[in-house]
Amino acid sequence: MAISRMVGARIKRREDPRLITGAATYVDDIKLYDMQYLALLRSVYAHAKIVRLNASKALAGPGVAAVLTGEDVRRASAPLPTAGGVEDLKVPDHDAMPEGKVCHLGQPVAAVIARDRYAARDALDLIEVDYEPLPVVVDVEKAMEAGSPLVHEQFGSNVAYTWLVEGGDIEQAFKDADVVVKQRMTNQRLIPNPMETRGVVAQYEPGPGILTVWSSTQIPHILRSSLAALLNLAENKVRVVTPEVGGGFGCKLNIYAEEVIAAVAAMRVGRPVKWVEDRAESFLATTHGRDQVAYVEAAATKDGRILGLRMKLIGDLGAFHQLFTPAVPTFSGLMSTGIYKIANLRSEVLGVFTNKTPVDAYRGAGRPEATYYVERIVDMVATELRMDPVDVRRRNFVPPEAFPYTTASGLTYDSGDYELTLKRALEMAGYQKFREDQAKARQSGRYVGIGVSTYTEICGIGPSAALPAAGWESGTVRVEASGKVTVLTGSSPHGQGQETSFAQLAADELGVPIDDIVVLHGDTSVVATGVGTFGSRNTAVGGAALMMSLVKVKDKATRLAAHLMEALPDDMTYSEGRIYVKGHADKAMTIQEVTAAAYRAIGLPPDMEPGMEATSFFEPSNFTFPFGAHIAQVEIDSETGEISLDRYIAVDDCGKAINPLLIDGQVQGGIAQGIGQALYEEAVYDESGQLLSGSLMDYALPTAAMVPAFELDRTETPTSVNPMGAKGVGEAGTIGASAAVVNAAVDALAHLGVRHVDMPLKPEKIWRLVQEAHGG
Amino acid sequence: MIATEFEYLAPSSLDEAVSLLSQHGDDAKLLSGGHSLIPIMKLRLAQPKYLIDIGRLLGLSYVREDNGAIAVGGLATHHTLETSDLLKTKIPLLPETAAQVADVQVRNRGTIGGSLVHGDPAADLPAAALALGAELYLVGPTGERLIKADNFFVGLLATAIAPNEILTHVRFPLLSPKTGTAYVKVPNKASHYAIVGVAAVVTLGSDGRCERARIGLTGVTHVPRRAEAAENALAGKMLDDGAIAGAAALAADGIKALSDIHASAEYRLHLTQVMTGRALKLAASRA
Repeated sequence: MAISRMVGARIKRREDPRLITGAATYVDDIKLYDMQYLALLRSVYAHAKIVRLNASKALAGPGVAAVLTGEDVRRASAPLPTAGGVEDLKVPDHDAMPEGKVCHLGQPVAAVIARDRYAARDALDLIEVDYEPLPVVVDVEKAMEAGSPLVHEQFGSNVAYTWLVEGGDIEQAFKDADVVVKQRMTNQRLIPNPMETRGVVAQYEPGPGILTVWSSTQIPHILRSSLAALLNLAENKVRVVTPEVGGGFGCKLNIYAEEVIAAVAAMRVGRPVKWVEDRAESFLATTHGRDQVAYVEAAATKDGRILGLRMKLIGDLGAFHQLFTPAVPTFSGLMSTGIYKIANLRSEVLGVFTNKTPVDAYRGAGRPEATYYVERIVDMVATELRMDPVDVRRRNFVPPEAFPYTTASGLTYDSGDYELTLKRALEMAGYQKFREDQAKARQSGRYVGIGVSTYTEICGIGPSAALPAAGWESGTVRVEASGKVTVLTGSSPHGQGQETSFAQLAADELGVPIDDIVVLHGDTSVVATGVGTFGSRNTAVGGAALMMSLVKVKDKATRLAAHLMEALPDDMTYSEGRIYVKGHADKAMTIQEVTAAAYRAIGLPPDMEPGMEATSFFEPSNFTFPFGAHIAQVEIDSETGEISLDRYIAVDDCGKAINPLLIDGQVQGGIAQGIGQALYEEAVYDESGQLLSGSLMDYALPTAAMVPAFELDRTETPTSVNPMGAKGVGEAGTIGASAAVVNAAVDALAHLGVRHVDMPLKPEKIWRLVQEAHGG
Repeated sequence: MIATEFEYLAPSSLDEAVSLLSQHGDDAKLLSGGHSLIPIMKLRLAQPKYLIDIGRLLGLSYVREDNGAIAVGGLATHHTLETSDLLKTKIPLLPETAAQVADVQVRNRGTIGGSLVHGDPAADLPAAALALGAELYLVGPTGERLIKADNFFVGLLATAIAPNEILTHVRFPLLSPKTGTAYVKVPNKASHYAIVGVAAVVTLGSDGRCERARIGLTGVTHVPRRAEAAENALAGKMLDDGAIAGAAALAADGIKALSDIHASAEYRLHLTQVMTGRALKLAASRA
């Protein structure tokens, strides 16, 4: 790498001025000539036959251009895709707009296309639908019982798949154990709620036969390929544009019904069509997250060594497979052993249908669940053995010399030094002092607790062979004739800040001012190929592709400079944007001068093409495995059950830091979401499949006022998987946080005999535990 | 999340507003801060044909001392209450309560009149109005009338205001000497409405014993109400821990509590006792 000036610096996000001044363009800001608006009539039942649907009054409504029903959409489109990812998967047809029956609340059953969104909304009330309600199943364990209502009758069961990962000899581990600790735990259903809801604008130009779709998505290129396949269009006649995206957290990592319906509508009415999801729709129609039940058993020796883990994870899939629905729970299975050297594992994962919104990737996607289970069970082993939970962790850490380390589940952890982050976090927390204070506090009747969570996770997703979809990424560098630099990335950042961090990489490598660099992404006509943003992969995979192209451009510039200066390429030095014969820095050509010559194209070497551009594809050899230690400190109000989260300390190691400011931002947002799961958030359905927590009045998202000021630090343990040594950090905060908070709360109640409590830790739940402990 | 079509009317005087309200009757709704009305219109739970915006009327946002009371105009925002130096000095319960309403954005728009008239069973200000013995002034086609807060909240989202009346102002009697007040609540973490909120006003006599106590409850049941049994239990007592605990234990007497996804009835009743104890203790310490 060149002399580093930008990389490692806290450069302010170049994206922010436009975002915070309202000068950015989101999907809803797009206005096209004669654009129509689409509104969707959604099922009010969780499971029902559609007996009759009459849209004639709506069609005659003021300003209505068309009404689409299930039949219209089915004729134009194949069912929505899933990437699958597990063997023997039961895959029901997931029509963008069902005709025969609905399987969850909020499924679209008709679409109105009208002159404005008001007319479209009014016309929805004119559509007549007769439903015949069917029996509903919302509880995932009840869904597995014989005689349960079936979400998809044709399968004869709600179990969509069973998947198993094993390593070592689990039976022997449990025979050898001094103690066995068991716990049923849940990861409740969460509703992602990005600040910007989803939105689509579709335009079909019949002349050239080109469909353009603007969508707030994390995967413009996958969406383009998918839409072409679903609608039977040529891939090179579909263009997807992803303008500014206001967050996604995984819920925009999908091919959605509305993207298909808007495209079909635009082709039907011959005018552009816009659909923007409102917040109430977002609660029902955008994929949810988590929703697992886990039965976890740990076998341990009396000195705190964990010999084996036996787990049964039941993933509530909701009613259909969206893109990564089946795969997400298997990530939990793969990550079962966390950062511990646990040689024996049996982790069985079941994916089960219920009459609820499909679940898919949500910040962490399987890893927060796994971290939660193992970090809770480690605390329980400690309680059982009357050991300090920190000591049990240390006794079981994969030691630094063991890397690369292959887990019982078959993953290979690239690098790690778990004691490094733990030690620093304990210092920051004043852990020993807290334990002393805690004893005194308990004597005076106060319930204070401290919780540790030490995690690793999967980033830089990932090797194509290990995924249900491709895992490479593309990166292009073009030095323009004027010397300005354009970076094109297939990663499609949705708020993380790669316009800043990728410009830092390019500025350092090429030695050009960062202000000369523009980073473009998210338009399939601008960036030829790409995979997208998920699994904390932008930097580790997309950044690596960019680095490959930067090296290629530098190499070409160096060869051309040598030719123009009548020197040998091997004798040249490229330093801070200047190219010269080693030792003769005074006679240099700048990258801008060399590039101008490359475009002027006079006197180029015979084997050299004009221009100054390179495109690369990076296919990672492995995932990366960042890690960290999080510590939460709480006090519980014994009378009300309210939890005060007094301190939160996080020491994360995401490998080499490109921009520490961006990392802090990712960690802080991530922790807030993890705290949200631990304390506040919960999708609540009633038995008929109605969503009781269907608005922000009833679904509690953490605000800045609901989380403490985070105390952050970082260590740097590089990876060798990519040239930057960077691992990824988009999800780490969330993955570490939930377990830390719950461990702290359980610790605060431990002297009452409390061993576990399921998330979210709502005050009433805590109050009841205290009551029970007091024999109330 | 799009309301049905309505006609927007912006009267330039109170008289005009009353007249529009009389003219359109049940087809009309008054708009002030809009923080209760607009969300239910977007959900089409309310579908008024006429929206009469009184939020632009001048002269109804005041807080002023007036003949033994503090008068607060119906359009005074929560933020106004929260930051009023006059209230902080004279009726500190109002700023303390207003500061716990929702979030900054809501407090900047929501009004005292809107909050009281809407009568949300979990809103904060009704508890304070009850504890302070507030007097509400309503103007209708036949003139002005006064109704005490005690008689104002009549049912779930139902108040004693007639469809053709406008709440112009609220009078809060000045506090007697040796009076302490407090508002405490356990919030719903989503909406920040009260799961249970308790406002307490206690006045001590020259002998240090409790002369009078008023307790307003919100969140616990379908209508904001007083905790009369608890109030009565305090009369003539020294407000030590025992007396307060004794009164708090009566705070939920005879109440049929709400139950929802945020809190069961049992928990609400428990919180009513706990928070009443805390409000009384705090109020007594300030008396």
